[in-house]
Amino acid sequence: MKCTVCRKPAVIDVRRHNANFCPDHFVAHVQEQTKRAIEHFKMLRRGERVLVAVSGGKDSLALWDILVGLGYEADGLYLGLGIGEYSDISGDHARAFASERGLKLVEVDLRDDYGFDVPTGAKAAKRVPCSACGLSKRHLFNRAALDGGYDVVATGHNLDDEAAVLFGNVLRWNVEYLGRQVPVLPSRPGFPRKVKPLVRLAEREMAAYCVIRGIDYQVEECPMAAGNRHLGYKEALNSIEQTSPGTKAAFYLEFLDKAAHLFNTDFEEDQVGLLVCQSCGAPTTAEVCAFCRLVDKATGAVPVVLGPTR
Amino acid sequence: MGSVQVTLRNPKRVVEVPGPVRVHALLDRLELNRESVLVIRGDTLVPGDVLLEDTDEIEIRPVISGGAT
Repeated sequence: MKCTVCRKPAVIDVRRHNANFCPDHFVAHVQEQTKRAIEHFKMLRRGERVLVAVSGGKDSLALWDILVGLGYEADGLYLGLGIGEYSDISGDHARAFASERGLKLVEVDLRDDYGFDVPTGAKAAKRVPCSACGLSKRHLFNRAALDGGYDVVATGHNLDDEAAVLFGNVLRWNVEYLGRQVPVLPSRPGFPRKVKPLVRLAEREMAAYCVIRGIDYQVEECPMAAGNRHLGYKEALNSIEQTSPGTKAAFYLEFLDKAAHLFNTDFEEDQVGLLVCQSCGAPTTAEVCAFCRLVDKATGAVPVVLGPTR
Repeated sequence: MGSVQVTLRNPKRVVEVPGPVRVHALLDRLELNRESVLVIRGDTLVPGDVLLEDTDEIEIRPVISGGAT
């Protein structure tokens, strides 16, 4: 197998592009696809301060590496979720990545800073773990970005992530979510702009990028997410992709191009009626925001002890 | 005839597959979707058309991850 660009030995095929790449041209391909997404969706402007939400996994570390390589001023934010050994190792990868490259990593720890962890919070609030985790991430990413004076939060959601969410929302015709499934959410009072620069790249490409660039990342699956519906959607889409390369990209990117506007959300209208959380000051639809209600239920609860997570 | 040593994840385990065998044939034999994994030898990606020798040790690394948020 030869590189489509230079004819040297290839190390990876990207079948939806009908292309094979050597290491150097694969890195160039990933950078080019990221640049295209940033420019097409007007995600970032030169000179803006970017906060990359870093989990220690392949997507977020690759995103941080790419953005720095493209010349953006990007710091990282690691949120300690307290999911046993899995979180310990994830944090080690995030810290090692930042330290080896001389990058700034901001850290927030749920247990140390808010008195609970995801397994305990989920049980205390009777939420599924992914729900408690997502709620905490959204709230604390917003807060860290606003407190730190960042213009934008960048997350490592890739094409597979977005296609799987779209698949789930279409299966149930969750039209209120379809309008929000865009790769840029504009800033509003109390919310920074949020962007997803990897939406043109598949999950396999992000893992390959890390291997080629020598980025050590958390390879194990989150023990809280194992067997969830989202992973099932990804497997279903990959079954189709195997026999029909390009299906995932067409499904998601053509949705953005041809259908997303039909479900368009008026983000300014969303602001109408928003209150200020009496506990933390964040925008909310209730007197106290969902995160503060989660903190209230979780602090003081008996900690959930996880078994080995590897 | 020897075997290719294959390390799989989630859970981590090692299986032996008779070699020599091409990467794509190995994935088919293990019923793995080639869109969902990378094949790695040492620190290097191994493309699908490579013939693995019966002395090779490789890792098949899943690439699907993440919760619903």
